[in-house]
Amino acid sequence: MKNPVLEIKNLSTSFNIKGDYYAAVDDVSITVHENEVVAIVGESGCGKSALALSVMGLHNLKNTKLEGQVNFGGQNLLSLSRNALNKVRGKDIGMIFQDPMTALNPLATIGRQIEEPMDYHMKLSASDKKKRVLELLRRVGIKNEQRVYEQYPHELSGGMRQRVVIAIALSCDPVLLLADEPTTALDVTIQAQIMDLMKELQNQMKTGIILITHDLGVVAEMADRVVVMYAGQVVEIADVKELFANPLHPYTRSLLNSIPANMEGKEKLHVIDGIVPSLQNLDRTGCRFAPRIEWIPAEDHEERPEMHEAEPNHFVRCSCYKTFYFPEDRVGEREYVATESE
Amino acid sequence: MLKFILRRTLLMIPQLILLSIIIFMLAKMMPGDALTGAFQGNPDVSLEQLEKLREKAGLNDPWYQQYGRWLGNAVQGDFGKSYVHQQKVTSLLAGKVENTVILSLFTLIVTYLIALPLGIIAGRFTDSWADKAIVTYNYFAFATPLFVFALLMMWFFAFVLGWLPYGSSVDIKLESGTWDYFVSRAKHLVLPVLSGSLLATFSTIQYLRNDIIDQKLRDYVKTARAKGVPEAKVYTRHILRNSLLPIAAFLGFEITGLIGGSVFIESIFSYPGLGYLFIQSISTRDFTVVTALVMISGTAVIVGTMLSDIILSIVDPRIRIE
Repeated sequence: MKNPVLEIKNLSTSFNIKGDYYAAVDDVSITVHENEVVAIVGESGCGKSALALSVMGLHNLKNTKLEGQVNFGGQNLLSLSRNALNKVRGKDIGMIFQDPMTALNPLATIGRQIEEPMDYHMKLSASDKKKRVLELLRRVGIKNEQRVYEQYPHELSGGMRQRVVIAIALSCDPVLLLADEPTTALDVTIQAQIMDLMKELQNQMKTGIILITHDLGVVAEMADRVVVMYAGQVVEIADVKELFANPLHPYTRSLLNSIPANMEGKEKLHVIDGIVPSLQNLDRTGCRFAPRIEWIPAEDHEERPEMHEAEPNHFVRCSCYKTFYFPEDRVGEREYVATESE
Repeated sequence: MLKFILRRTLLMIPQLILLSIIIFMLAKMMPGDALTGAFQGNPDVSLEQLEKLREKAGLNDPWYQQYGRWLGNAVQGDFGKSYVHQQKVTSLLAGKVENTVILSLFTLIVTYLIALPLGIIAGRFTDSWADKAIVTYNYFAFATPLFVFALLMMWFFAFVLGWLPYGSSVDIKLESGTWDYFVSRAKHLVLPVLSGSLLATFSTIQYLRNDIIDQKLRDYVKTARAKGVPEAKVYTRHILRNSLLPIAAFLGFEITGLIGGSVFIESIFSYPGLGYLFIQSISTRDFTVVTALVMISGTAVIVGTMLSDIILSIVDPRIRIE
């Protein structure tokens, strides 16, 4: 087994809503190893972005409560002071953000923005810094790097900007990359290019990557291991091949069943009933997915659902997976629409 | 950049001409004219004599002829003669322009010296006691009429405490150029400048505070934090630069407010500047002076907006014009 880079242990992230704290990330434990891509998938609002921000310490601590441990490089990031944390983020952990249109400071040149982490984490002369930035720009596939170095974000296209955001994340040779939906805001052809770039970079470097996405296509292409999250909890963890070949949890199966490509000529697309409950309305007792698969009898769920190792290295929450089935009459109420990719 | 500034300066010329036409027409539309202002009700001057004087001064010509004459002289630096003061407008304005420019400049500087730090503190530490105190002060500044506040300041600092002079711009006994003269000028400036700037801060504070609160939540700030940038630098290097844009854009407006304010301030502190003269001239319909004064303040506003544009184009690459 390879060395673990990041160990998230029983992490809970709770937000203060009108005086009460509600957990958006609920007792999550994930380990990322060297050179491993762990994908975290789930619907909007399942807590995957909140998880990434917790690891980076980017939540506003005035209304956020963090519990558990985030062990990285021999220390628990959650217990670090701001200053100590600043020595880690940007250096050993790089983060790639979702929307490249807003992730860059509109008033600073590209060169300046890629250089900035080096100001704090590396002792380099001005000319060495510039050399390094130009090399980074080339590495993320920008060809006219001399020109881009001097340019401002508004002069670049979305795809170019995302390459710059990636270059910033890589600027100090991180051992862990957090990519929070790195392709969501881009159009499809650019998405493919950025995914190719990330794969290429991952092959070159030995970084562990946490890839947060709701795009199962991206997961299949990039991930080594997959963590499926629902309503703040991990519901299934497995290697990518195992997960796609043998999904266990009803939620995972429903998700996979909702991909148009998996329909094999059937006309209707599977739709999961209901919506993800909001933080305040979430019923935190019992199986959280139960309200969305009401045809499964209550006694098939565990009272306090735990993670079980159903197969070697394949973990699943609750016992409802054992008896779960898709009812015939429920195989879709919505017309299949070709443009729907999610 | 130089080309942009040059072009922006050239663009001022048509603006100024348009401004002068409007001002001239408005001045002409005021009921009565300079002669009514100067002589009406004076039993020694008959209506026929007045009419003769009018004819002589060219006041019966159509407005565009008068305007043409006025413009021709104005470009040569001659704004005509004040009917009331029987003195060339330029010599009438001579010392007063300087006085008002000094007053306005200091008011502007002090306003920013107060407003920028307060706005930054309020924006950065939202909902702290400091923020609450600053916002409260701001509401007071917004709601308090300038003339009431200026009178209160005068009453307290000049009358009750006796620390500062009541009015005027300098002690008349002193000779210009001496150290005492300089000190006396500075002392005379304190109350007018403070009265003006303590209230003028509200727009800058409010804009800055709101913009910082808005910028704080932007994604690029998250990027900066994720880079490991220390919190203080997140503000100085990222948030503040972005938040100062609307403040720079506001400079022209700020100058307009200043001119309006100086009319009150100068009247209350009998400070011999343009504002004081302005009120006098309007009440005596001394239209040559009024036109010259409005031209000056109009020019100040146009220059202010131009300054805003130039500053913005320096700071913000998105509107940099090649």
